[in-house]
Amino acid sequence: MSLLGKLSWSALPLGQPIALAAGAMVVLTALSVLALVTWKGWWPVLWRDWITSVDHKRIGVMYVVLALVMLLRGFVDALMMRSQLALAAAGAPGFLPPEHYNQIFSAHGTIMVFFVSMTFMVGLMNFVVPLQIGARDMAFPVLNSVSFWLTAAGVLLMNLSLVVGEFARTGWLVYPPLSELAFSPQVGVDYYLWALQIAGVGTLLSGINLTTTILKLRARGMGYSRMPIFCWTALASNLLIIAAFPILTATFAMLLLDRYLGFHFFTNELGGNAMMYVNLIWAWGHPEVYILILPAFGVFSEVIATFAGKPLFGYRSMAIATMAICLLSFMVWLHHFFTMGASADVNGFFGVMTMIIAVPTGVKVFNWLFTLYGGTIRFSVPLLWSLGFMVTFVIGGMTGVLLAIPPVDFQVHNSLFLVAHFHNVIIGGVLFGAFAGYNHWFPKAFGFTLHEGWGRASFGCWVVGFYLAFMPLYLLGLMGATRRMQHYDERGWQPLMVVAWVGAVVILAGIACTIVQLVVSIRTRDRRRDRTGDPWNGRTLEWSVASPPPAWNFDSPVVVNGRDAFWTVKNGQEPEVVDASFATTAAAAPSPGRAGHGDGADAGDPAAGARPEPSVTVPPPSAVGVVIAFFAVAFGFGMVWHIGWLALAGGLGIVATVLRFSWLEREEIVVAPEALARSAMARPAPGGAA
Amino acid sequence: MSGMATPSTAVHGGAGTPRHRAEEVPRSERGPAPPRVVVTYGFWLYLLSDIVMFAAFFATYAVLRTHVADGPDGRALFDRSKVLLETGCLLLSSYSCALFSLAIDRKARLASYAMGGLTLLLGGAFLALELSEFASLLAQGAGPQRSAFLSAFFALVGLHGLHVAVGMAWLVVLLLQIATLGFTPRTVRRLLCFSLFWHALDIVWIGVFTIVYLGAFS
Repeated sequence: MSLLGKLSWSALPLGQPIALAAGAMVVLTALSVLALVTWKGWWPVLWRDWITSVDHKRIGVMYVVLALVMLLRGFVDALMMRSQLALAAAGAPGFLPPEHYNQIFSAHGTIMVFFVSMTFMVGLMNFVVPLQIGARDMAFPVLNSVSFWLTAAGVLLMNLSLVVGEFARTGWLVYPPLSELAFSPQVGVDYYLWALQIAGVGTLLSGINLTTTILKLRARGMGYSRMPIFCWTALASNLLIIAAFPILTATFAMLLLDRYLGFHFFTNELGGNAMMYVNLIWAWGHPEVYILILPAFGVFSEVIATFAGKPLFGYRSMAIATMAICLLSFMVWLHHFFTMGASADVNGFFGVMTMIIAVPTGVKVFNWLFTLYGGTIRFSVPLLWSLGFMVTFVIGGMTGVLLAIPPVDFQVHNSLFLVAHFHNVIIGGVLFGAFAGYNHWFPKAFGFTLHEGWGRASFGCWVVGFYLAFMPLYLLGLMGATRRMQHYDERGWQPLMVVAWVGAVVILAGIACTIVQLVVSIRTRDRRRDRTGDPWNGRTLEWSVASPPPAWNFDSPVVVNGRDAFWTVKNGQEPEVVDASFATTAAAAPSPGRAGHGDGADAGDPAAGARPEPSVTVPPPSAVGVVIAFFAVAFGFGMVWHIGWLALAGGLGIVATVLRFSWLEREEIVVAPEALARSAMARPAPGGAA
Repeated sequence: MSGMATPSTAVHGGAGTPRHRAEEVPRSERGPAPPRVVVTYGFWLYLLSDIVMFAAFFATYAVLRTHVADGPDGRALFDRSKVLLETGCLLLSSYSCALFSLAIDRKARLASYAMGGLTLLLGGAFLALELSEFASLLAQGAGPQRSAFLSAFFALVGLHGLHVAVGMAWLVVLLLQIATLGFTPRTVRRLLCFSLFWHALDIVWIGVFTIVYLGAFS
């Protein structure tokens, strides 16, 4: 084994013009961004305020930026596939050779699920949850930074595969035996596995962090029945992360053992069982679907209540439905492979469970409808996305119930009908939710609103483009078009393929509108400043602070005495849930001991929250996240290319960084009184936006 | 912003009205928990996720247990008396780890070193016995490449062994931190997390002992 392992000049795509162009574009974009930052002298600010920041709001913003960048890359893949299929019919070869086309659909799925949907949702939860529960930051701010940077490390590895070597050709879930060494001897599957193992650790840590934050750092008075619904959905989503992502880690570890050390978990010989991989991966994969969609449900709940000017209809049923979905999502995984050959009883059980999961989802749809009913509705951009979601998602849900019937599934499984179904729920659900949340919370993050007109244009293009792109795929699937094909011999399908391509182009226009919207909004930001902190007449605590909020979020400990905490207070109404025994006592009651939390036995820690804090502190910035990610990339790259010393150096680097950090005594930074006073001045006057 | 009853002061914790007794406030409304609770709670969640990962390996082992590919099965390979000794070491180390926690509570440096050292010793004995078992299996040609059953066995038992090894390295680091940093709140919280981790490994081992070793002879 040479010093560079399997790496050689042949890893560069010099012979493939399209891959070379794509790789060159990635490298050039990265270099020009670096050059711009250097030329403008932005490095110190970028390093201090963003890269080493442990502020949940900035980390949330960075997650969303990462997701938007990866959306561009994933979408370019989609556009290439649609163009190829519009061209390649009845013997025409198109412009993508099969082995390249296979990489593209694998990369498209991987990117869109892990690095767009997942990353976007984690970003929104990061930004919003601590503000909504009245907390100063996440439970573990430095760990939060580590989580983000591990995700970024996965993204970097994934994009490296575009330039050095190749990506998996196996589909986005790398089913064995195809993904075993015998059939995929190249590095593509290894890139996939290491990128996702590294990003997956980040996701798991983030799930632990957010769950702890929601369960242990809520402001005084914010009982479970007073949490905003977005926090409920975030809680459910993160519980799913904690319970599901370890299965993914274990499954990938087994496949790695097969590929690197000759184990026989999923091989064809010596007793390996490939169907076990499929079972394990979907035991993670189905909860994953709900990890993505539940926070989107939360976004729609907040947006619809805000823009209808009414409390959410059926708050309790919404929370119960969320937790029911959380539980049921672990009992349906087998519907992804009804054709495995399990008995009719087993298939029947999972079919019925799958249909049952539509019930709590239906409850939610009716709750949103009844929230809108009789409200004073403002048709702003976030609400438009929500309305588009309700129609589109119901269609996707119904095709899902169709697929839940095993005999029907036998007919259309692995066809374009399935492709249309899951794009229908993921675009119509998760992506629409992401854009609703983006438009809704952008002013909170940056202090100015986004341009309405371009936002509407973006929404319009996405909706029209979506229907044009995916409704034809339902028809093609019913006609028998198998998915993951680089060309189809059937000439009669070409017109529908062209319609789908037109849809993709319309979606491209939607993405362009989003970019224009951002640019226009930044240029006209002085005219669109949000000086009230409450541009939408919001209901929850994040709108009670300035936009953007100070690093410490709240100047004084928050006390909540009802649901829709900010709305009731600013309108001078009685809270919806009145608890007479508990009024705002943060300043008045220095009652010792048990006031802090249930576990009052902690003599060492003064009961936090029970008495006004003497000063406001924020955690200092930390480079530990980005340094760990640097070594993680080195480790991953070394493992992919079998470069032993590099992998070892990366691993030791991570250990050394953690040890160094664990010996540091970090003092919290005390916020100067003047800064607090400025922040208090900036705090919105109640009802100012009404 | 004038007057104590303005809405914004109410949201941001202004002066309150009637005094009340803390006991009447429902648990979920008592506000943010102290750091010790937050840290250990987060660690419990991590342990939960770790146990889910073990569950995936247990499930895999259960499926592949009979996939011996005409090679040796567990009954032919496992030495029960050696495993019993291994189990004894690990269970005793859990006891010494509990004594270690008590010493930390009293902030007794010497007793902490002694009990931490004993835990290390017992953990090391466990690992040595496990490695000798692995070595003898490899010598018999029954390595993880031999069959799916052995792949699953080595992965599950090896994963537990890896956890024990990492736990021992962590314990060494923590003992060094007691020596250099003393019993600061941060080190004490970490020691608390370590003891949770160590006891959790014991529980996982009971699963391994029952399902893998006793199961092979059922």
